[in-house]
Amino acid sequence: MKTTLAKMHVGQTGEISGFHESDQTVENLLQMGLTEGSAIEILRLAPSGDPIECRVSGYSLSMRKMDAELVIVTI
Amino acid sequence: MDFGTEKTALDAKIVTTIGNPNTGKSTLFNRLTGLRQQVSNFPGVTVEYAKGRLALEEFHLELIDVPGTYSLTAQSPDEIVAVDVLQGAVPEIPLPDAVIIVIDSTNLRRNLFLCTQVLEAGIPAVIALNMTDSLPALGIEINYPTLEEILGIPLIPVSASTGDGIADLKTAVVNTLRKPTPNRDLAICPDIDKAIEQLLSLFAKHQVSSIEMRRAFIDKDGLADERLSGRLGEPYSQLRDELRSGLGKGRSISAIEARDRYSWINAALKKVQSVQDPNKNKAVEVLDRVLNQPLIGSLIFVLTMGAVFQAVFAWASPLIELINLGVAALSQVSSDYLGDGLISSFVSNGLISGVGSVIVFLPQILILFIFIIILEDTGYISRAAFLMDRVMRGMGLSGQAFIPMLSSFACAVPGIMGTRIMADRHDRLATILAAPFMTCSARLPVYSLLIGTFIPNTHVFGGFIYLQGLTLLFLYLLGIVGGGITALIVSLLFWKRKKSTFLLEMPPYRLPKLSNVAIKLYGRAVVFLKRAGTIIFSVAVLVWVLASFPMGNGTKTEMPPSISHSYLGQMSKAVHPLFAPLGWDWKVTAGVIASFPAREVIIAALATIYAVDLSSDGKATPLSEKIKNAMHENGTKVYTIPMVLGLLVFYALCLQCMATVAVIRKETETWTWPIISWVYMTSLGYGGAFLVYQVGTAMAWAT
Ligand SMILES: Nc1nc2c(ncn2[C@@H]2O[C@H](COP(=O)(O)OP(=O)(O)OP(=O)(O)O)[C@@H](O)[C@H]2O)c(=O)[nH]1
Ligand SMILES: [Mg+2]
Repeated sequence: MKTTLAKMHVGQTGEISGFHESDQTVENLLQMGLTEGSAIEILRLAPSGDPIECRVSGYSLSMRKMDAELVIVTI
Repeated sequence: MDFGTEKTALDAKIVTTIGNPNTGKSTLFNRLTGLRQQVSNFPGVTVEYAKGRLALEEFHLELIDVPGTYSLTAQSPDEIVAVDVLQGAVPEIPLPDAVIIVIDSTNLRRNLFLCTQVLEAGIPAVIALNMTDSLPALGIEINYPTLEEILGIPLIPVSASTGDGIADLKTAVVNTLRKPTPNRDLAICPDIDKAIEQLLSLFAKHQVSSIEMRRAFIDKDGLADERLSGRLGEPYSQLRDELRSGLGKGRSISAIEARDRYSWINAALKKVQSVQDPNKNKAVEVLDRVLNQPLIGSLIFVLTMGAVFQAVFAWASPLIELINLGVAALSQVSSDYLGDGLISSFVSNGLISGVGSVIVFLPQILILFIFIIILEDTGYISRAAFLMDRVMRGMGLSGQAFIPMLSSFACAVPGIMGTRIMADRHDRLATILAAPFMTCSARLPVYSLLIGTFIPNTHVFGGFIYLQGLTLLFLYLLGIVGGGITALIVSLLFWKRKKSTFLLEMPPYRLPKLSNVAIKLYGRAVVFLKRAGTIIFSVAVLVWVLASFPMGNGTKTEMPPSISHSYLGQMSKAVHPLFAPLGWDWKVTAGVIASFPAREVIIAALATIYAVDLSSDGKATPLSEKIKNAMHENGTKVYTIPMVLGLLVFYALCLQCMATVAVIRKETETWTWPIISWVYMTSLGYGGAFLVYQVGTAMAWAT
């Protein structure tokens, strides 16, 4: 099932399968190792639910939901 | 190692580090050069290059430590520095003869991205595979020879923090300088390589380096692209666009590069890396979970802050007493020894009282810094940034602004320089203008003197909290709110369609290294004492001179009849009417004006003024006693509670710091912003003090 990174809940894992747009943010994400086929897990949310912290490519990365919305994940 | 002249005068070889943020580049640099660049456990510590020297065999090395970057696509000012050093585009630094690519071995995949980009640049390189000491605990095994074979250049497993492998690294650097291994063609993105070759051969006579052409072609509208379009003009942009559209067919070249590169890296990693189940550190896990509970985490944070503020008063006070006694004794000895003359007054009233009264606050500054250093070295700072992002967004700022803001609690100067990690110009400006509102360590002595002297140390809220600590907390909050509103105003002025983002790597928790904490603390103490010895010293001398002359009558032993007839008294009385509505007498006015170069100078200035003033009591009482007894000419107390609170608010909001003005000038590259910032903050300080004093006095009068 396809969803976006922003809609996943804490502890859930998935595989990145694409991006919704191609802009600077997506290019940055790609360079940081969020490529198609990479496994990704949501580690935690900030108290307000945003930003989120995820584990990807062997390290922890936090980002705003707005950006996570661009990442398509297969779960 | 010596740099004796007997050595055949070889030109220094330029060797630069390069690597992702927080991979230990500065730790390695320090180990190699013996210098003390700042090392902390969060990305973005180094924001400017640093040079150091070392001698290796027949070579003189000029080693360069650069900021970290995730890729050669440089976006923020700190990344631009790193990439420019690598390309020889920084005027003061020639093209490097070799690079040390620093890789965090616990995070190979992402680190190899930049590594392979650098290898394609064709600069002789060795790889320092760092943090190998952490691998076993994480269950990661790396086949070093195979990785070295795949990458085609020397790869040395090291641990910059323990020193393992450093000798081998030095040997590898020497060998590379003697006889560089030609970089192998990694064939990661052959199509892009081909396009770049075409461009290079067409513009061969313009001597464009391959790395520059590569970045220009790949990063559309990036810095390199802009620079080359300017240099090569229309023929370049035309061919570039043709090649881009032929290759990309609508997709961005940068995205193609990233995907190709990571699939190459994935394939390589299959051959060299195996990951078992990590030996999870239970304690760290539990700590992490607790600290990240929204409610408990925030509560722990607030309690810690409260404890620190109380500690600043409670723990430091015995030490302060001790220094106070020393200063008083010294002052007594010198006046006993030097008698009653002018020189004696200069030494005991000008120097010892003035400078001594500031040095007294060293223990408090150090306690505050121990706390800040622990935050920096454990990796908690990035977690705090994560928790606070929502608030930063409320001010229109990106989450990246949090770390510079937090550093400003130590001092606004490194805080403002730390904004170089921010790519967006307006975000950066907003952060720069907000940073000086954060309560820096130079405000602490002023707060401490006034709070410690005038705010009763009674318990409030059922005994948990002391009024003094609470007042201090309030002043910190005032600074935060002031900074927040300022940032918001700037963001609204430069309203942009483009949203600011927040991509922040969370470093692993690390136990602070005692030696690193000690080095940083020592560095802080030196900075503080240096200020006391230079700027505070000079102002104290100046204040003493102005307060002691003109002499009453020509005789040597006679002091002026009253300080109020001195130059200082006359000058200060002339401007005093402006500050009378804040409840200040002319002495306080003189002290505040003297402290515009640096806030804590007010303490030295007041100490000198009251020491010279014969109408105040004896010499050896500490400053706090003297200000307690200070009277207006009409016999009422100068330091009433409304006046003291107003003065505190003035110091919270006013920009009294030459160094900050200078760094704003440097970072914004214009005088406009430092001037605006100074006028704005000074007006706020005056307005705030006016309001507090007038309202406070009216209320006190009404009751
Ligand atoms: N375990 C371990 N930690 C290390 C090693 N080298 C550095 N560190 C730690 O890693 C953190 C980052 O070190 P720095 O030297 O500041 O890293 P940097 O690459 O200069 O970081 P930036 O300047 O932000 O790019 C610090 O907490 C160091 O103590 C190592 O070999 N092993
Ligand atoms: Mg560094």
